[in-house]
Amino acid sequence: MRMALVIAAACAVALPLVVTSDFWLGFCITVMLSTLMGAAWNVLGGYGGQVSFGHAAYFGAGAYTAALLGMKLGVNACVALALAGAAAGLVGLLTGYLSFRYGLRGSYFALVTLAFAEVLRILAGAVDWSGGGVGLYVPLHVGAANLQFASKAGYYYVALALGAGALLVGWAIQRSRLGAWLVAIRENEDAARALGVHTFACKLKAITISAALTGLGGAFYADYYLYIDPGIAFGPGVSVEILLAPIIGGLGTVWGPFVGAIALQGAGELGRRLLGDAPGLSLVFYGVLLVVMVKFRPDGLIGLFGRFARQRPAHA
Amino acid sequence: MKPGSQPTRRTVLKTATAGAALGTLGFPGLLRAQAASIKIGVLHPVSGIFSYSGTQSRAGALMAIEEINAAGGIKSLGGAKLEPLLADAQSKPDVGAAEVERLNEAGVAAIVGPYASAIAIATTQAAARHNLPHVVDVGTADQVVTRGLTNTFRFSPGVSTIVNFGIDSLVRINDAAGKPAKTVFIVHEESAFGTNTAKVLNEELPKQGFQVLETVKHANPTRDFSNIVLRIQAAKPDLLIPANYYDEYVLLTRTLQQQRVAVKGVYSILGGGASSYKFVKEFPDAAAYVMDCNHWFDPRKAAALALKAKTEKQGLFFSYEVFLNYNAVMYLADALERAKSVEHDALNASLASSTWDKHILPYGPTKFVNGQNTGARPAITQVLDRDIKVIYPNEFSSGNVVFPVPPRKT
Amino acid sequence: MLEPSILLPAAINGLTMGAVYALIALGLTLIYGVLHIINFAHGSLLMAALYGVFFLYKLLGVDPYAAMAVLVPAGFVAGYALQRSVIGAIKPGRDQNVLLITLGVSIVLDNLAVYFFSGDTQTIDTRYSLEMVNLGVALVSLPRLIGLGAALVFTAALWLLISSTDLGRAIRAVAKEPHGARLVGIDVDHIFAMSFGIGTACLGAAACLLLPMFYVSPHVGQVFVLIAFTVVVLGGMGSFTGALIGGLLIGVTESLGGLIFGESAGQLAIFLIFIAVLLFRPTGLFGSRLS
Repeated sequence: MRMALVIAAACAVALPLVVTSDFWLGFCITVMLSTLMGAAWNVLGGYGGQVSFGHAAYFGAGAYTAALLGMKLGVNACVALALAGAAAGLVGLLTGYLSFRYGLRGSYFALVTLAFAEVLRILAGAVDWSGGGVGLYVPLHVGAANLQFASKAGYYYVALALGAGALLVGWAIQRSRLGAWLVAIRENEDAARALGVHTFACKLKAITISAALTGLGGAFYADYYLYIDPGIAFGPGVSVEILLAPIIGGLGTVWGPFVGAIALQGAGELGRRLLGDAPGLSLVFYGVLLVVMVKFRPDGLIGLFGRFARQRPAHA
Repeated sequence: MKPGSQPTRRTVLKTATAGAALGTLGFPGLLRAQAASIKIGVLHPVSGIFSYSGTQSRAGALMAIEEINAAGGIKSLGGAKLEPLLADAQSKPDVGAAEVERLNEAGVAAIVGPYASAIAIATTQAAARHNLPHVVDVGTADQVVTRGLTNTFRFSPGVSTIVNFGIDSLVRINDAAGKPAKTVFIVHEESAFGTNTAKVLNEELPKQGFQVLETVKHANPTRDFSNIVLRIQAAKPDLLIPANYYDEYVLLTRTLQQQRVAVKGVYSILGGGASSYKFVKEFPDAAAYVMDCNHWFDPRKAAALALKAKTEKQGLFFSYEVFLNYNAVMYLADALERAKSVEHDALNASLASSTWDKHILPYGPTKFVNGQNTGARPAITQVLDRDIKVIYPNEFSSGNVVFPVPPRKT
Repeated sequence: MLEPSILLPAAINGLTMGAVYALIALGLTLIYGVLHIINFAHGSLLMAALYGVFFLYKLLGVDPYAAMAVLVPAGFVAGYALQRSVIGAIKPGRDQNVLLITLGVSIVLDNLAVYFFSGDTQTIDTRYSLEMVNLGVALVSLPRLIGLGAALVFTAALWLLISSTDLGRAIRAVAKEPHGARLVGIDVDHIFAMSFGIGTACLGAAACLLLPMFYVSPHVGQVFVLIAFTVVVLGGMGSFTGALIGGLLIGVTESLGGLIFGESAGQLAIFLIFIAVLLFRPTGLFGSRLS
């Protein structure tokens, strides 16, 4: 198992030497970004069982923070990335505090997170200082310090580090007491509380970590695509994309988000290749595949990998 | 003259076999084994929120390619035909950028598209990394051509040019009519073009002696304009200036009609429905006398009218996406002719030095500065007799402006 | 700006718009109340119904209001089939999987529409589309007034269905306690499908009432879906009266808020209400019993 991991890590690092196609490197970057945010969501939704429909709030908070720090205050992009994560974590803490303090669970929690994201979207559109409806055009200044690279390989390594880091966080949580408590909360929150688990504190920790990691993804997006606006940062589409990978891949598992990310990005690309010329059909294909994946692997695609799925899969 | 000898060929071979194998699957029109064909990436958002504009754009580009091929292809390259490689940006910048990479590896000589400014920022950036020539068909945001990218070209006007032209023309029209309009009410959509337009209007109109009574921003989408129309009624402006997309434009003008609101004129800037044959056909009463400062074609050119007829024969409306894309491809073809090469550097140089004037647009002389055609400009149109006529610039006009507009028939 | 001559018509506009929200939310609240699923496909189903009304009008000249005779049963059948064969046919108890399936359904529907109908926005122009009714204090559009009346009628009809019929009793039983209902011999899967079908039948009716005052395009569903969720939450998940009152309240708030504080503020107000209700009174104004 350890050997397999070492080989995988070596392959991942050596990837840009073999794959020189910018298109496939770009694909890998998108997969790692999706893994990052999927793993982030997984901390709260997979291990903690609190399904959030509003992770765009944290993604957008990270994206705007990073972009604004760079554009208005000239902050170095790497520092801005870290600060973006912190800002997003703060937003997570606030939204989590409000939601959990008032005992929201299940669908109610899901809906309130959706509402928080929408509120941020509307505010982002209304405040002119941060671009308003026009959005922010991040200036093109190629240079590693700006997290803008001349070649895709640079972006790939950053994305790889972030994605792998997020998976590592998931692994660490799974082995920790926090992880055990979260699973207890997920399975039966009242029983967990009765047994002495500090449910409120645990959930807050989970949402803060989850939000912070998602915010890093937002910051990366801003530096990679160089344009954000309220819809791109906080739109409901973003929240949906974030939660698809971990659920499809396998909730509450370490590798689930990664497997899900590959499957979904692959499905999207396959759809575009086969049916790209006819407007909309590639997405019909994607939608059908989504339904099929859920029907045939309700516990997540990770179940296909046998051994790797033995780590505490989703529901009993 | 070495078609396709860019490094991309080597990288395609090195890439995972799945990618290379799949790469040839999805393109129905390309199975000709002709070696002498020039691949052109036709990239538009044919699905997602911009799907209508995307499909119109694609239609325009394909019509141009068809015409060029029928006339013998690119003669200076041995009659090589243009081969369209279609791509869908799905109305998302990240997908657009990924498609640019795919098209680049498929060996395109240039990219035409992607309609929307937000997507264009990403696609031109991605193309720039390979120095791949990218002709932006519409994408009016100023930032599209102000980032110093030497591979990005826009033949049509940007939003600043359009708004400033709109204001100048408004002043002229108003002066010519004896200055009946003094007060203005602005309604704009919330995203980039609406906000920018409103900002410039608020800065410039007072300098020209107009008073802006109110500026109302609305969301995309907006479900209901009744309240905005109530405010218009209460403010009683002389002139209404809307800047929005088609759906909202229709709702707004219909609500105005329904509430029997009378203004001396509706003068839109990049109005979503104003210079739209679809709107005029479906709502002739709401559309009557509406003026618009927008992309338009030169009604004196036979080629333009022929294209209009051809488009309508396909069951499509002759909208700006169609003729701007048609034009973008024609401009590209001319550049290919003069470059006598598909090499990126040669083609970029040819696009930049173009003075091509065989277009069907009401522009001044073609000259490119930093990727923008400085001759580009919009036209002022007005809906008269259930048709759209150009009323300004004078040399292209096909109708006389009616301003102030006659009172609404009840 | 704040004179009664504007405030009153704006409030009435808000009421009529809110009636539209209520109509769309009625189906959603039933589906949530019984099946406990957040139906992501609701907006897409509305879009499909709108296209149905549109084509009936364009191709067969059927008046949209008359088209209800077709759309309501068609909507019912479609919803029943969808729940029975696609959505319901997975292991129960996996909420997020149901969510993903409704999401998948919505992606498929939206993009099939793009493929078949292109991204074109379509409208219809009936004789009465632009008719106004003079209420003395304000001019109200006729289709919207009809919509308000219809919302009241439909709410009453649904309430009657649920409270007084055998089917309604079965639905209430299943909503409250599906296992117990199964034990007493109720075909729970059938009831689930019936409820979903009634929910989509409501959408069919809503589409008939909406098209004369709006438009249809492949993306029109997204315009209303979030608002519909807000109305359901405000009114109480599973409550028809709640959907009606919630819809009217949201409509008026959006309208007056937008008028007085600006359009963005109006939109913001809706979601702030949403959050406030969830935090302080999650069962909504009327509680989350099926009523």
